[in-house]
Amino acid sequence: MIKVKINGRERTFDGDPEMPLLWFLRDELDMTGTKFGCGAGLCGACTVHRNGEAIRSCTTAMKDVAGKTITTVEGLSANGDHPLQKAWMQANVPQCGYCQTGQIMHAAAFLKKNHHPTDDEIDAAMSGNICRCGTYQRIRAAIKTAAKEMA
Amino acid sequence: MSIENVSRRNFLGGVFSAGALVLAARILPEEALADTNEYHGKAASAALRPSIYLGVEPDGTVYIVTHRSEMGTGIRTTLPLVAADELDADWSKVKIEQGIGDKRYGDQNTDGSKSIRGFFVAFREAGASARTMLVQAAAAQWGVSASECKAQLHVVTHTPSGRKLSYGELAQAAGKLPVPKPEALQFKPKSEWRYIGKESQIADLADICTGKAVFGMDVKRPGMLYASVERPPVMGGSVQSMDDKAALQVRGVKQTASIDPFKPPYTFQPLGGVAVIADSTWAAFQGRKKLKIEWNNGANASHDSEQYKKELLETARKPGKVVRNIGDVDAAFAKGGKIVDAEYYVPLLAHATMEPPVALAEFRDGKVEAWVPTQNPQAVQDTVAGALGIKPEDVTCHVTLLGGGFGRKSKPDYVAEAAILSKKTGKPIKLVWSREDDLRFDYYHAVAGMYHKAAMDDKGKTTAWLHRSVFPSISSMNDASSMYGFNVEYGMGLNDMPFDIPNHRAENGPAKAHVRIGWLRSVANIYHVFSGLSFADELAHAAGRDPLEYQLELIGNGRIIDFKSQGVADYWNYGESYEKFPFDTARLRKVLEIAGEKSGWGKRKPGNGWGIGVAASRSFTSYVASVVEVEVDKNGKIHIPRTWQVADVGMVINPDRVRSQFEGAAVMGASIALSGEISLSDGRVKQSNFNTYPVARMNQAPLRTDVHIVESSALPGGVGEPGVPPFVPAFANAVFAATGKRVRNTYTTFLLVGNSPEKFGLIPRNIVVWHHTVIIGLPLRDGCAAD
Repeated sequence: MIKVKINGRERTFDGDPEMPLLWFLRDELDMTGTKFGCGAGLCGACTVHRNGEAIRSCTTAMKDVAGKTITTVEGLSANGDHPLQKAWMQANVPQCGYCQTGQIMHAAAFLKKNHHPTDDEIDAAMSGNICRCGTYQRIRAAIKTAAKEMA
Repeated sequence: MSIENVSRRNFLGGVFSAGALVLAARILPEEALADTNEYHGKAASAALRPSIYLGVEPDGTVYIVTHRSEMGTGIRTTLPLVAADELDADWSKVKIEQGIGDKRYGDQNTDGSKSIRGFFVAFREAGASARTMLVQAAAAQWGVSASECKAQLHVVTHTPSGRKLSYGELAQAAGKLPVPKPEALQFKPKSEWRYIGKESQIADLADICTGKAVFGMDVKRPGMLYASVERPPVMGGSVQSMDDKAALQVRGVKQTASIDPFKPPYTFQPLGGVAVIADSTWAAFQGRKKLKIEWNNGANASHDSEQYKKELLETARKPGKVVRNIGDVDAAFAKGGKIVDAEYYVPLLAHATMEPPVALAEFRDGKVEAWVPTQNPQAVQDTVAGALGIKPEDVTCHVTLLGGGFGRKSKPDYVAEAAILSKKTGKPIKLVWSREDDLRFDYYHAVAGMYHKAAMDDKGKTTAWLHRSVFPSISSMNDASSMYGFNVEYGMGLNDMPFDIPNHRAENGPAKAHVRIGWLRSVANIYHVFSGLSFADELAHAAGRDPLEYQLELIGNGRIIDFKSQGVADYWNYGESYEKFPFDTARLRKVLEIAGEKSGWGKRKPGNGWGIGVAASRSFTSYVASVVEVEVDKNGKIHIPRTWQVADVGMVINPDRVRSQFEGAAVMGASIALSGEISLSDGRVKQSNFNTYPVARMNQAPLRTDVHIVESSALPGGVGEPGVPPFVPAFANAVFAATGKRVRNTYTTFLLVGNSPEKFGLIPRNIVVWHHTVIIGLPLRDGCAAD
């Protein structure tokens, strides 16, 4: 039996401990804001926080989140009003939108460590998150807007 | 500005009030309005219903149906904006409903950049009809002339007396009036437009940013099981023998089921194979790994991309089928002068939508209900019906949000798989494609070999141009013996090159398809415009001229191109009337000239690792010029600091979504130019995930793209696709300007520039390395970098 705290709530899991967290979130908890994109940690669509650090839930086994604290996009803010979410809406970042929750979650962990990021630092940090629609320039702008608000 | 997202409720079908007004578009017969069912949402049963796309309820709510699919263009918001503007509705009282698949909506295949082109008029008429009827109802109630009444922001006012009635108060009375004839409608003058051409936000914005938006991957039904399919690794193969004992031992796996291989031609049929059905996606994936299958590989088992590339380029050296002819190129070449020639190559490309193909289907009592991220819900109905031997009207297709489309999700093979498995298991089945499935079993953008040859006089003027193109055609989808392209592919940059050359011939050589060929954002324009506009740049350099100036000279004077007199009997023109949407070279010249001004063209001398390139093309009836700036460092690593996209797309409804499409097209263009290749050996696709099929990431995409929309009152043209074609040659031309090395094969950019893929910084291994070094705390499983 694996115990894990997700968005402040204790959850238990008694299935295959090798199953990635992504499928526990999506198939069992119906938390579908975390997306399946590649299953190999290559696109970032499944990004969540483990003890505050961005991780790829598609390659993180349930056994590796036992006793940990997980935050998904559903738990990022109470009312969808995290500075990044507000900045995302202000800049009209999303096109299809599928990758955006992963982008926001990765950016949220990044901004906790770097309050005044440069373009290069944003590019380096966000290069693990693919957006096939090509919203990168707005993502970069939104991260800067949010960084200002959070500073 | 925001509107409530009703998509999830609509998946369950709407419940209608007894007294609302709903309007149907003119393209539909009157009886279409009468026949509604539980899936047609609230618009269908509203008190006032002047169009199948629109209804007004007594509480003032305006329901507008979007029958086109939302895959990132914003169309789910933009078409309703058109109707809401003409109705002069208060946008906060508008609710958008997603239409199910239904022929009564007219064409629903959301591709070809044609949603606005095709339905601007219908939605405008829907809004105008509703407004007219509301005004008439108010006038009747007051006993005044309708001409004394004005509809404004959800209220009709009798101007002389100042009396007011809201749209809601008028809906029931208006719903009893006859729908006006389209020719009797009066549209609002441009000066009164409230939403068209103004800044708006997409309806799903907040849901997307908070993870509440519902994509196909997110839909669930009670009792649902998950399925993953092992497909024949070679196109046209089939199962010879199968052992599922180990698969059935995997925890969570319920059963396996076979799917028959397609009967040629491949069309939208499933590829066949063996499905593993389980109680979670993960269990289905795990079970699939344990299947032991022997395959019959069939006729494509020896297909090899390297060999095929040689064949395409050899064929391009031989005379082909003439698809356009002006003057006599052979005579012009015989005269001598300066002869320039070059061959170009674009490999197979995969769509790689962020959401892989996925479908939920539920077979019950001989009928299917499906929830699908699809660009083409009517094709879902037809394909599922064909696969199960039922009638298309017995297939209900709910359309979810799409996590990207790019043409892949117009082909519903994945929905047929889900429906077949639901029928076999008696359970609702969610069929999930892995990323590996997506890249290995796509309907690929065609690989193409092109040959260009030109003659130049002593003043550097191009006097003759031969353009040959060889590619496996999309027509192989419906004709297994297909060897040649057709007018749709020819009309994308092969038989409509805009240059005014006295001797010009375009030819298409034969090629057989060995994989499924489909259409990908901007389709044949990708290879035709890449090669044609790269060659134009080569000619400029051969003539010792400025590339932008030379391109303008090649285009010549502003004119409407007369294709009929040039041996083009069936110019496709993107399916549009040539009278309404002629090929106007003056508009092409204009976007080029503006691109030159905006980018400061000519102000800095290229070379020493800095370069700038330009290209322009017309596609989907819109005119676009791209300017791309590149920096190439001493290791051969390419950086794109800035690009300009100048577009004349005719009238613009939603400017921000137009800009976003052109920003995105620059990134997709960068993916094509920098990193994309699907290749096969032994008939099997070699790439499998984003490590072996890299697409542009933030640090590889253009740092900044400036979009300039040309003010235009022309009919609305396409927006989703036209930004891609000119970007790729503009990039290649910039690389030449920076390095003196010519990119003639999009995939080998790095070889030409850096001479060593390791130096290029874009090879798959490096992407994996980032994950270890740059992104702290990311666990990388063994094997995920193995490909």
